[in-house]
Amino acid sequence: MEALDGNAIGGLLLEVFGTEMTTAVGTCIYCGDTGPLAELVVYRPGPGTVVRCRVCGNVVMVFVQVRGITCVDLRGLAALN
Amino acid sequence: MAGTAVRRRLTWQLGTVGSLTDETAAVRTIALDVPDWPGHRAGQHLDVRLTAEDGYRAERSYSIASAPGEPVEITVERLGDGEVSPYLTEELRAGDQLELRGPIGGYFVWDPADGGPLMLLAGGSGIVPLRAILRHRERTGSAVPVRLLYSSRSWEDVIYRDELDALGDGVEVIHTLTRRQPPGWTGYARRVDTHMLAEVAWPAGQAPLAYACGPTSFVEAVAGGLVGLGYPPQRVKTERFGATGDR
Amino acid sequence: MSPVSRGFHGRRREAPAGRVPPGQYVTEDFPVLSAGPTPHTALANWTFSIAGGGVSKSWTWDEFRALPTDDVTVDIHCVTRWSKLDTHWQGVSLDTLLDQVEHDGEYVLPFCDGGYTTNLPIADVTGGQAWVAFGYEGEPLDPEHGGPARLLVPHLYFWKSAKWVRGLRLSETDEPGFWETYGYHMYGDPWREQRYAGD
Repeated sequence: MEALDGNAIGGLLLEVFGTEMTTAVGTCIYCGDTGPLAELVVYRPGPGTVVRCRVCGNVVMVFVQVRGITCVDLRGLAALN
Repeated sequence: MAGTAVRRRLTWQLGTVGSLTDETAAVRTIALDVPDWPGHRAGQHLDVRLTAEDGYRAERSYSIASAPGEPVEITVERLGDGEVSPYLTEELRAGDQLELRGPIGGYFVWDPADGGPLMLLAGGSGIVPLRAILRHRERTGSAVPVRLLYSSRSWEDVIYRDELDALGDGVEVIHTLTRRQPPGWTGYARRVDTHMLAEVAWPAGQAPLAYACGPTSFVEAVAGGLVGLGYPPQRVKTERFGATGDR
Repeated sequence: MSPVSRGFHGRRREAPAGRVPPGQYVTEDFPVLSAGPTPHTALANWTFSIAGGGVSKSWTWDEFRALPTDDVTVDIHCVTRWSKLDTHWQGVSLDTLLDQVEHDGEYVLPFCDGGYTTNLPIADVTGGQAWVAFGYEGEPLDPEHGGPARLLVPHLYFWKSAKWVRGLRLSETDEPGFWETYGYHMYGDPWREQRYAGD
């Protein structure tokens, strides 16, 4: 599968955060790269959604839906504006 | 937060399928009547969800092909190994209901106030959100100059071919046909590369705004190429559709 | 529940009774599902290691390929509900590898190029239940599908069959791997439909 970008999870982000988020600016905790969430690298293997920094490739966000509840891990984001 | 100011719950709603238009042998435009549609911006998409009788579900995203103010339309390309696109392009009928949510997206959008000159780059079905942008530009009477570089496999695969041909002054459409060309074709006949971009793209000095949409490999190649030509990365907006599998 | 989409079936087909675990559909495809980019490790640099509790053993690619191999035909079941029947693999049994290491631990924690992890009881990767597979359908395993080598543990959900596997860490305790940390089941038996923690 080729990776997508943050546009592909616009609906998921809107559902989780309650507002449009693809233009929100995130900072990677590993390398400091900063940019809109729309430009992050998105992988969607079935078990969940894995979002990586475009520059360093580390995992920035993970979304998993278990029994209708979405678990959100933002461990790789140093900041989100 | 950046983006649209409206805070609202994004809920699934039902749209009724109206007209179905075959754009090419594998591509169909589906008009949808969505009650309480809040309006959309050029470049946004919506999510479609299908549910089988046994509860099996599949969900996909499709760019909105129509401009703000026009009825909602999506354009779907049938992928051979797809699960959803064959249904939408072959089975779905006028009068059917389609579960959808949207509009979604605040990054890959254009309004006349964003200015230009606009550099639009489409790979295959990546033309869909760019067509919404072009229609929006025309409907608002914007004078922003546009160049569209559109990569397709063949002339028969060009989506919205006649409509793009009829665009007025101020819009230059450059096709490249990568697999097959009609007899007498004098245009580009290869995948987009840095030479082609250098010939076609607005010079960086004109502070253009670029939108690149299509398969991931196409978007990465053209975005990289434009940055190499001096476009600031923040002036190159990208939307990747992925190469294989259903979209 | 959502209204039914008239005429939508997906690309599923019927399976012989009893062949497919609950909630699964059969597919002819082999979807490529990854949490990250495909790693590309040169075989000259590839090693497989087993370590933990004071033991450590490592095989180079050539040493690994010199070990006895099995040809197996198995069904595989992904937690995302697709199952693929009668898949053919070639690989080295984990019994062969673990036999060369004195081990006490009760669990193995595979680690992989790209950083993916999962966790399995040793009892589930011995006794002819697991392989380090390097061939699929008679060809070298494609990098997209986990090549040069991946874990193959067909009796559990396929997320346990870690792609790009580079070794096992032996452990006394069961430690959740990547998906397990997010709520997927620690064991993952498709026949008991153990998709999520608590199932």
